[in-house]
Amino acid sequence: MTRHVLARVDDFTDREVRRIEAGGKPLCVAQVDGRFYALIDRCPHGGAPLSGGRLTGTVESDGPGHYRLCRRDEMLKCPWHGWEFDLATGQSWSDPKATRTRAFAPSTVEGGDLVKGPYVAETVPVEVDGNYVVVDLP
Amino acid sequence: MTDMLTIDADFHLPQAGVSDLLPYLDDYWRMQVVDRELPSMPFRLSSYPANAPHARNTAFEGLDVPGALDRFGVSVAVCSMLHGVAGLHNPDMRAALLSAVNDLVARDWLDADTRLRGSIYISGEDPEAAVAEIERLAGDDRFVQVLMLAMQDLPHGARRYWPIYEAAQRHGLAVAIHAGALYRNPPSVSGWPSYQYEDYVIQSQAFENILVSFLGEGVFARFPDLKVVFLESGFGWLPTTLWRMDKTWRGTRQEVPWLDRPPSQITAGRVFLSLQPVDMPGPDEVAQVVKHVGSTDMLLFSTDYPHRQFDGDDPMPAGFPDAALPAIRAGNALRAYPRLGRDPALAARVDFLEVTP
Amino acid sequence: MNQMLREKEGKTRLRIVDCDIHPAQRTPQALYPYLEKRWVDHLETFGPFIRQALVGQLSYPRMTANGMRVDAKPEDGPAGSSLAMLREQHLDRLDIETGHLVALGRGGMEERNPDLSAAMSRAVNDWQLAEWVEPEPRLRAGLVIPQDNPEAAVAEIERRAGDARFCQVVMSTRPNETLGARKYWPIYRAIEAAGLPLCLHPAGYSSGKPSTGTGWPSFYFQEHYTFVPGTEALVTSLVIEGVFEAFPKLKVAIIEGGFSWAPALGWRMDKHFDTFHAEVPHLTRKPSEYMREHFWWATQPMEEPKNGRHIEDIIDWIGWDRILYSSDYPHWDYDDPNHIFKFPLSPERREAVFGGNARKLYGYA
Repeated sequence: MTRHVLARVDDFTDREVRRIEAGGKPLCVAQVDGRFYALIDRCPHGGAPLSGGRLTGTVESDGPGHYRLCRRDEMLKCPWHGWEFDLATGQSWSDPKATRTRAFAPSTVEGGDLVKGPYVAETVPVEVDGNYVVVDLP
Repeated sequence: MTDMLTIDADFHLPQAGVSDLLPYLDDYWRMQVVDRELPSMPFRLSSYPANAPHARNTAFEGLDVPGALDRFGVSVAVCSMLHGVAGLHNPDMRAALLSAVNDLVARDWLDADTRLRGSIYISGEDPEAAVAEIERLAGDDRFVQVLMLAMQDLPHGARRYWPIYEAAQRHGLAVAIHAGALYRNPPSVSGWPSYQYEDYVIQSQAFENILVSFLGEGVFARFPDLKVVFLESGFGWLPTTLWRMDKTWRGTRQEVPWLDRPPSQITAGRVFLSLQPVDMPGPDEVAQVVKHVGSTDMLLFSTDYPHRQFDGDDPMPAGFPDAALPAIRAGNALRAYPRLGRDPALAARVDFLEVTP
Repeated sequence: MNQMLREKEGKTRLRIVDCDIHPAQRTPQALYPYLEKRWVDHLETFGPFIRQALVGQLSYPRMTANGMRVDAKPEDGPAGSSLAMLREQHLDRLDIETGHLVALGRGGMEERNPDLSAAMSRAVNDWQLAEWVEPEPRLRAGLVIPQDNPEAAVAEIERRAGDARFCQVVMSTRPNETLGARKYWPIYRAIEAAGLPLCLHPAGYSSGKPSTGTGWPSFYFQEHYTFVPGTEALVTSLVIEGVFEAFPKLKVAIIEGGFSWAPALGWRMDKHFDTFHAEVPHLTRKPSEYMREHFWWATQPMEEPKNGRHIEDIIDWIGWDRILYSSDYPHWDYDDPNHIFKFPLSPERREAVFGGNARKLYGYA
């Protein structure tokens, strides 16, 4: 494993999404509320660079005409086809109903609890080491 | 064939003349109908000109209603009289004449042949009148569905129709949409075709939009027990429409979050389609469509008496797995029509139907 | 699976023809250099006049970025307005050999004022040549015509006939009448004489008629689907109204209208052909035969059934020599050639779909 420095922590503004190459791998790095996330920067569905996408949440509903925005900025919307990926797990989101009771407690949601979408974006563990955002890559 | 329970989802009664409706009208409407000479008018929907080849099937030649039921071994037929009065614009005249048609069907047909089940024929253009008609007739268990035409002035999922769906769901009535147009809109986005052949072909394209409308507007979420039946829609288009819905949904879910599963899963068990017309040319194509949908659970046997939809003598085309035939012939209809599903006489005959492929 | 495919195909160059690229004007004024002063003044005073309630926008707002790829917007204009970005994100990155421009919006296709519609079409065509095709020879222009003004449309086709920078004539799938109507036949006569294919491509603006045969849908989720039945109705119309009997050399490319519905439509037309033949004696063959002989179909947007091979069944019916790759750059449902097929293609089919079929249809070497 080699530790790669991606950026200085204070280089990132809140809710910034940026493409950073490390060890020859393009990464999509996002910072939300001080927490950093990294995904391999290629949508597993259509090949888009995910770093071109926007942060989003999940929208839940009790029925037609009813909308509730949940998990705001915990998802990344692919810049092309608009599929949403969970920043923490890389899981494509296909069944919000299965997660309704957990919608306000994202830290307890694990990939295995979801009815999964057909694709998973590859996640990379990312750490803050002092003033730097780092990843360990083989 | 005759020992097997067979439910015909699309069976048409000969259209009554307006003079035949007079006994079912009150004094005012009887006077109006006579003074305005409505009995001299044919009131035929332009989709089915009486002598046009698609309106006649040689397989039915010489067969009256009971004769057709006998001929095809039909145990129960969900029948309809697609009367042209639905095309009127005057909402009160239209409602009075639709009620008269429904009453005539009950007395002249449902009373006469116990194999027949009725449709509460309404116009979606006036939901208040439609709900009143449903409430008026819902006590008669022989009516098993509410019936509208495919091309109205708004797509069928629109909120304006929801009181109709609420009443249908509450009374255990399916909502059936039959091919045909009220001519409130051109049948395609680009206007009016020149030929009846073309008009006939694009009827199934209207059903694609109708299915998408029911999904997008959230009717299945809002009315969790509602069953929808498409009559004479064809079903060759179904797999690719579902594929596209599932794909579009992934990119547009935030707009329609009540679609909480892929659309193809939401429609399963909620939407049923009559067998005729089978548009596929042969058994290989029938089998391919079944493979692409992944199920035959949505198909309802139909003869479409007396219209021309099938060649030869048998409405059931080759190409379905043998194991699926009993369900197509009757079992699926018991799920599509809540009132048939809870009919004890039918229930007694369906134990063997629980095996579906 | 896609990774493996890409590695295999990396050995020989795939000469890609992309049949659907959308260029955009940087501003509405970008067309002014190509318009007479009279029409510039007219646009400044009255603006465009089309058949919908809202001017200068779509009535069904798209989900993200006005229906564009979020990552395709240059700093100085809308997505699709930068040739440099088109090169970088698409032509160079994917080594596209030939790209077809389909210029939507402000093209005169929907304009109601007949003379303005003609002027706008001419302007868009000149603009495509000057700002896209001349500086970037990999691109070909699509000839935009004032389709509901047939006389002017014919004049525009005749004016450009023989100019190889135009690869086809483009019509919107929301015309004011079904395309089999006799009103359009002079256009087909001119297209056939010019030896160009006809491209039918959806345009988001209204035809003035509801987008379904049973009225207006509420949600974009529904509106997005209406382009399928809308295109099906036009194929039905062209076949049944006898256009291919009258114009036997006419070739039609369905771009972004879908293709998976083609077999079911062909079956349905055939099934009822004998029943109705007496009404349409001008047809001498089964409808599906006209479909197979006269139509080509672009890939995007391709459905994604759980079993990807179901798409293979569909193309088996249409014919592998009739499928054209299209990306729809820079729109939101853009298709990257490395990812669109979710089942393996033989090298022969790959070559045909990604370029060979288009080279044959459009007469490229």
